[in-house]
Amino acid sequence: MASPESRLRITNRENITLVEFMDRNILDEMNVQAIGEEIGALVEGSAHPRMLISFANVDHLTSAALGALITVRNKVKAKNGELKLADIDPQIHEVFEITRLTGLFDIHPTSQDAMKSFA
Amino acid sequence: MSDAHRRFHDVVTLHRNRGEIERLSDAILVAAERCGYSKASRFAIRLAFEEAVTNAFHHGHARLPGEPVEVEYEVGPDQVSMSVTDRGPGFRPEDVPDPTLEENLANPNGRGLMLMRTYMSAVLFNERGNRVTMIYRRPGA
Repeated sequence: MASPESRLRITNRENITLVEFMDRNILDEMNVQAIGEEIGALVEGSAHPRMLISFANVDHLTSAALGALITVRNKVKAKNGELKLADIDPQIHEVFEITRLTGLFDIHPTSQDAMKSFA
Repeated sequence: MSDAHRRFHDVVTLHRNRGEIERLSDAILVAAERCGYSKASRFAIRLAFEEAVTNAFHHGHARLPGEPVEVEYEVGPDQVSMSVTDRGPGFRPEDVPDPTLEENLANPNGRGLMLMRTYMSAVLFNERGNRVTMIYRRPGA
């Protein structure tokens, strides 16, 4: 369950945690840190995390947000879990490509595609 | 004179406050829109601005909490320039590791400078390393 101040929408579907952002811009360093900690706590609270992060509402992000995502990815990996990203705007996808993070993350065009790909 | 040929210039003292940062970012982006820069160009300008300001406060002012930085920008028909100056000791850009190397991919830090360099036409530092100047030339200009 997200806290009252949370900028995330968190739902559970078919044993998969779906994380959506409520803000169009993930820029602010402090917000990014809070978001990273909140998602990280979800991972830590699960024995075998299965998580899908949707960027459907997101127009902008910064390297701080990428860093938070990488930290989440590292935590999921440490627990042999699954993390997938989806619904990424083409301009933001380009940021993932430039930073070569397309090779680090399992990225799907849509949430539906990502849901089907869980083991 | 139409907006497409105007120049917008300002020098702003900026505090580590999200509202102030957003207002300045919006001012630069509105000027860029009035000069006819595309959505993709404005995405690049915003990303570089955010990265430079974050670096200035997070790294440059790591030991100077509460100190403001100075931002100077000029938006014109052919190019946008933005300079961010912090009051810190400076750094050596060449010491920042390449975040795209295989061994650095899972490191959460160190991508801001690389993104600035990728999205801008030129990224220049002063000798001390406490001022970055970013130039974005309009595609085709």
